[in-house]
Amino acid sequence: MKVKVLFFANLREQLGTGGEEIELPAGVYTVAALRAYLIKRGAPWQGALAEGKLVRMAVNQDMAPPTAALKAGDEVAFFPPVTGG
Amino acid sequence: MKVSVQREDFDAGAEMRALSRDPMVGALASFVGVVREVAMTLEHYPGMTEKALEKIVNEARSRWQVMDCTVIHRYGDLKPTDQIVLVVVASAHRGDAFAACEFIMDYLKTQAPFWKKEAAGWVEARAADDKAWERWQPRKVEPKNRLG
Repeated sequence: MKVKVLFFANLREQLGTGGEEIELPAGVYTVAALRAYLIKRGAPWQGALAEGKLVRMAVNQDMAPPTAALKAGDEVAFFPPVTGG
Repeated sequence: MKVSVQREDFDAGAEMRALSRDPMVGALASFVGVVREVAMTLEHYPGMTEKALEKIVNEARSRWQVMDCTVIHRYGDLKPTDQIVLVVVASAHRGDAFAACEFIMDYLKTQAPFWKKEAAGWVEARAADDKAWERWQPRKVEPKNRLG
């Protein structure tokens, strides 16, 4: 299944992309699994999304925990903790 | 209720007057955030930002008597003394207006997808903002306080 993945702020800069469509491999059904899948691509993904890095996630424009399930057509976003206001 | 994410500046006085036309309104509480010291660029997540702000406003309405509310947040290039954010809450009495206004700002600081970038780099999130947000969360009941 395909999902749309977006990156913002310093993640967008480190990865050199604002987002892409990704065909999820079998077994990748959660936000955490998608993050682990991206990390496996190596640099710069590995460094930017590494475990321990403060990365917030949203699914279909709502903040989502790592356990959030994914379905085809979802919009998944990765970004640093927010600093508005 | 009005939520706006915009590049343009806003007129806080005009926004407040717009919320005081209802004769049942007895209190308007407002907050204006201003750029301090250094220029910055504010990035946001179009679509999610509006959705998050609406969620924040609805949460405030479920907790306090909020008769009307306006939230405006700017993005793009901003310089010192520029206005960034406006929250106005209209209520019958000041208690609800003050509390809802502060709640909306604390929630927005930790939940609305905006990011500030200065010449020195991306601004880091502050632990103090998370603390300010946590105080609005329902208190957990300690096991020793439970009956039985």
